Amino acid sequence: MGELVVFVIFAPLALVGALTMVAARNPVHSAMGLLMTLFSVAVFYVSNNGHFIAAVQVIVYAGAIMTLFLFVIMLIGVDSAQDNQEVLPNQRPIAVALGLALLGLVLAAGSQGWVPRGTGSPVNGTIENVSDELFGAWILPFEVTSLLLIIASVGTIALAQFRPRAIAGDEADESAVDGELV
Amino acid sequence: MSVTPGWYMILAAVLFAIGASGILLRRNALVMFMSIELMLNAVNLTFVAAGRQLGTLEGQVSVVFVMVVAAAEVVVGLAIIVAVFRKRATASVDELSELRG
Repeated sequence: MGELVVFVIFAPLALVGALTMVAARNPVHSAMGLLMTLFSVAVFYVSNNGHFIAAVQVIVYAGAIMTLFLFVIMLIGVDSAQDNQEVLPNQRPIAVALGLALLGLVLAAGSQGWVPRGTGSPVNGTIENVSDELFGAWILPFEVTSLLLIIASVGTIALAQFRPRAIAGDEADESAVDGELV
Repeated sequence: MSVTPGWYMILAAVLFAIGASGILLRRNALVMFMSIELMLNAVNLTFVAAGRQLGTLEGQVSVVFVMVVAAAEVVVGLAIIVAVFRKRATASVDELSELRG
């Protein structure tokens, strides 16, 4: 019964957040909508006994990744005017139709039965249980993801070092000064 | 009336469809990235719900891996957006229609 109450409260919140993210003109409002959806998903993790990943969801997604998004939004400025014009004709109706078609197909496929009947043994996603699983059978994929994170960090530093050289003739002087500073 | 994993699956399907529509609808590269994050979260929710139904913890372990890949993807993607913005002063993907430096 408690789970039903939680679902009824947070499922609309997740949907409203997602729709806000897509519909908002201002990218900061989009980020806030996504934040609401991420929190709601964290609540659903808890009601599915995933306590550890719910904490990770709040810390990593709602904390780190959304902060990164907001940093970049502030860095490159909030320009909402460019989003009004569409280059392709009929882009928006076709996009909405394709989204609805995707939803209809997924729901039709799922109506045959989403998940096969399982063992029914209760799952308890505490830190101890998840780490037993993670550092037992999944130790090699875990190490590979650490390698992935290092590669991503190095690649980001390489991108951050990038400075545009002379783009056009009239900007040559400015670029030359930039090059010297670098 | 109890909440079955199918309810979470339906919710996740709706969230995934909203995210996919967002990628098609929006031209701002940042919002497109947020849509990708939304789709990844929808898939994570299905993993957790299915793992609970099947009585296995591997669904939650998969979520940890998806989160790591999503974090790496966001870091590199935002760095690319900032690098493009330095060069072109725009975050709209329509402006980036030519593949040369």
